[in-house]
Amino acid sequence: MSAPSLAKTADRPLRTHDGDDEPLLVVDNLSTTFASDQGPIRAVEDVTLRLQRGRTLGIVGESGSGKSVLSRSIMGLVPAYATRTGSIRYEGTELLDAGPRELRKIWGAQMAMVFQDPMTALNPVQKIGAQITESIREHLDYSKTQRRDTAIALLRSVGIPEPERRLKQYPHELSGGMRQRVVIAIALACGPHLLFADEPTTALDVTVQAQILDLIEAQQAERNMAVILVTHDLGVVATRADEIAVMYGGRIVEQAPTQVLFRQMRHPYTEALLRSIPRLDLPSHTRLEAISGRPPDLLHPPQGCRFAARCPYAQPKCHAEEPELVDDGTGHLFRCWYPVGIASEQTTIDSVVTNAHVRQVGDEIATDDVVADDAATAPGPAVDGRPPAAPASADATLAEEDS
Amino acid sequence: MPVDAPPAAVEAQAAVGATGGPADPEGSSAKRGLGAVGWVAASWLIFVILVAFLAPVLESTEIIKDPVSADAEAGPGAPLFTEGHILGTDKSRRDVLSRLVWGARSSLIVGVGAVAVGMLVGGALGLISGFRRGRADTALSSLFDILLAFPQLVLALSLVAFLKPPPPEVATDGDVVEAAGGLTAIQILIIAIGIVAIPLLARITRATSLTWSQREFVLAGRAQGARGLRLMIREVLPNVLPAMFSVALLSIGIAIIAEGGLSVLGVGVEPPQASWGNMIAENRSVNRDPLNALFVPMVVVFFTVMALNYLGDAVRERFDVRESSL
Repeated sequence: MSAPSLAKTADRPLRTHDGDDEPLLVVDNLSTTFASDQGPIRAVEDVTLRLQRGRTLGIVGESGSGKSVLSRSIMGLVPAYATRTGSIRYEGTELLDAGPRELRKIWGAQMAMVFQDPMTALNPVQKIGAQITESIREHLDYSKTQRRDTAIALLRSVGIPEPERRLKQYPHELSGGMRQRVVIAIALACGPHLLFADEPTTALDVTVQAQILDLIEAQQAERNMAVILVTHDLGVVATRADEIAVMYGGRIVEQAPTQVLFRQMRHPYTEALLRSIPRLDLPSHTRLEAISGRPPDLLHPPQGCRFAARCPYAQPKCHAEEPELVDDGTGHLFRCWYPVGIASEQTTIDSVVTNAHVRQVGDEIATDDVVADDAATAPGPAVDGRPPAAPASADATLAEEDS
Repeated sequence: MPVDAPPAAVEAQAAVGATGGPADPEGSSAKRGLGAVGWVAASWLIFVILVAFLAPVLESTEIIKDPVSADAEAGPGAPLFTEGHILGTDKSRRDVLSRLVWGARSSLIVGVGAVAVGMLVGGALGLISGFRRGRADTALSSLFDILLAFPQLVLALSLVAFLKPPPPEVATDGDVVEAAGGLTAIQILIIAIGIVAIPLLARITRATSLTWSQREFVLAGRAQGARGLRLMIREVLPNVLPAMFSVALLSIGIAIIAEGGLSVLGVGVEPPQASWGNMIAENRSVNRDPLNALFVPMVVVFFTVMALNYLGDAVRERFDVRESSL
C-alpha cells in the first residue's frame, strides 16, 4: 500500500530532499550534560540532525557513545540533573522551552518510544489491556468501548493472535517477542508521528529480531511515521535506515545517507565498527575483529580527536586537535583529519546484510497492512528501503536460501 | 521450620514459577504455599479475629461472662478449670476467659488501627519520597530519621500524655468516663502508636518504591505522557503493595506488644476495659500460685504475634519474585 512510496524515496538522500519545507524534527547543536560529583559529563555534544516524516534515521555507536542519551534528550526524558543546550524543534515547536504540561501532550501522542527490554518496559502487575489503553485515555477522548476496540485493533496490527484474550493477560504470560510487540502497540496507541526505537531488538532472540524490525517498518510505512532507530549494530540499520549517524564519545563522527555511508565510509571508527561484525564468508574460528581500547572518559575528554587513542591511523595531529564535522559536498559528514577512503563498492553492504542475522528468510513481511499473519506470510519482495546500489547480490542470496 | 508444602499446591504454582530456576527446596516450598505452620498460624489469627469480632454476641448469649464484674463466689486468682471460670479468675475475681475475648478486641483494634494510621501516612510519604527522589526525598528522609532517633516507647508515652484529655478529677461528678469531645483511650493509643510507626513504615515503603520507580516501565509510562501522580499510583504503588502488606502484618504484632508496654507504664487501654496488655500489667504483681491470670494472656499474645510474624514472612516470600521471571 504505502510500500511503493517508501521504496521510491529510499534512494534520495535526506538532506537534499529537504527543500524548503521544515522537517518534522530539527535538532541543532544539541548538547546534554550530566552533573556528577566529579564534574560535568558531556554525554551528547553538538549534535545536529534533520528528520523528515516517513524517514528512518539510524543512530549507531557502541555502549557509552551517547546514542541512547541522544534519543532521550530529544524526547526530553532526561533526569533533572541533566542540562540540555541547543535547539530541538518538533513541527516548529521548540521542545527545550516546552513546559511539562506541553511535553506531556507531545509524549505518547506525537512522539513515542519503544524501549530496549520488553521484560522491564511493561508493568508486571498490570494487565496488557490497561497498559495499552492508559495513554489512549490520557490523550484521546474515547469511550471505554472505543478504547478497548482500539487496543484490540492495535494488538492485531502488531501481529498478536487472539488480541481479546491478551488484553486480560499479564506481561509474564507472554513471550519476549510478544511482549516487545505489546510495547510497540503501546507506543503506537495514539498514532505518533515520530517513533524512537532504542535498541528494540537487543534483548530478543535472533529469530524474533527481524520480525520486530519488519513490524516497526511496516507500521512506519502505514502511518508515514518518522523513526529514529538506535542500535549498536550496523547490520540492523544497513537495510532499515535512510540515513545513518555514527556516534562516538557523545559526538556524531560520521553521518550520511545509508548507501553513501556504506559505499564510502570516511571515519576510521565506522570502518572499525563494520569490521567487528562477524562474517559468514570467513573460515570457522577466525578471530573476531574487536576495537581495542575503551571509549573515552567523558568526564575528562581527550584533547584531540576522541577516537585517536583507538584509531589505527592516528597521527600526531589527531591527538592534539579535534577535527570539525565537515561536509564533503555530497551531504556526507565526517569528523576526521585523515579520512579513510575504502571504496569497497557493493561488497561491503552485502556482507553486512547477509551476516548480521537480522534478515531471516521466511520472516519477511511484505510491507503492507497485513501484518497480523506475518509468520505465515511467504517471503515476498523485500521492500525495505535497501539502497538500490547494492540489491542484486543480496537478493540473490536470499533467493538461494529460499529454494 | 522445615515445612512441606502440599504437593498439589506446588504443582499448581509450578507453571507460573517455572522460570525461577533451581532454588533451595525449603525456599521454594515456602514460596509456593503457606505450609503446615502457615496454615496453623492463619487459622489461629482467623480464630482470634472471629472471637474478638463476636465478643458482644458471645457475652449476650452468656457463653462468656461479664468481663468487668467480680464474681464474689470465686476467689481471687482461681486456678484453671474452676467451675464457671474455665481459665480461672484474676486478682479482682473477674473471669479471665471473658477478659481475654474482650482484650483481643481492644488489642486488635489498637494494633490494626495503629498500623493503618502508620501505613496511610508513612506509606504515602515513603511512596512520594521514593518516587520523586531529589529534594522531596532528602527532606522526608531526614524527617523519618529524626523521628527514628527518639526512643520509641518514650515517644509513644509522651504522645499519649500529650493527646490525653484533662484528668477526669476535674469534673465534679464521679462517673466521668471520657472528657466531652476528647478522644477515647483507644483512639489515643491508635494515634500515638501509629505516629511511632510512621517512620519505620515510611522507610520501608521508600526503599521499595525507590527501586520500582527506576524501572523502565515507569519511564515508558512517562514517555507516553502520563503525569507523575498517575505513574506513582498506577505504576509504582501496585508493585510496592505486597511489601507493604507483609510489613503491615509484622507491624500489627509489634503494635500489640507496644500497647502492652504502655499498659505496664499505666497508659495503655484504660481499666476496667480489658486488653491483653493491661491484663498482663494488672496481674504481674500477683506473686503466688496460680499464675494463670498472668500467663494465659501472655501465651495468647505470644502465639498471635508469632503467627503475624510468620504470615508476614510467608507473604514476603510469596511475592519475592525474581526479576527474570517477570
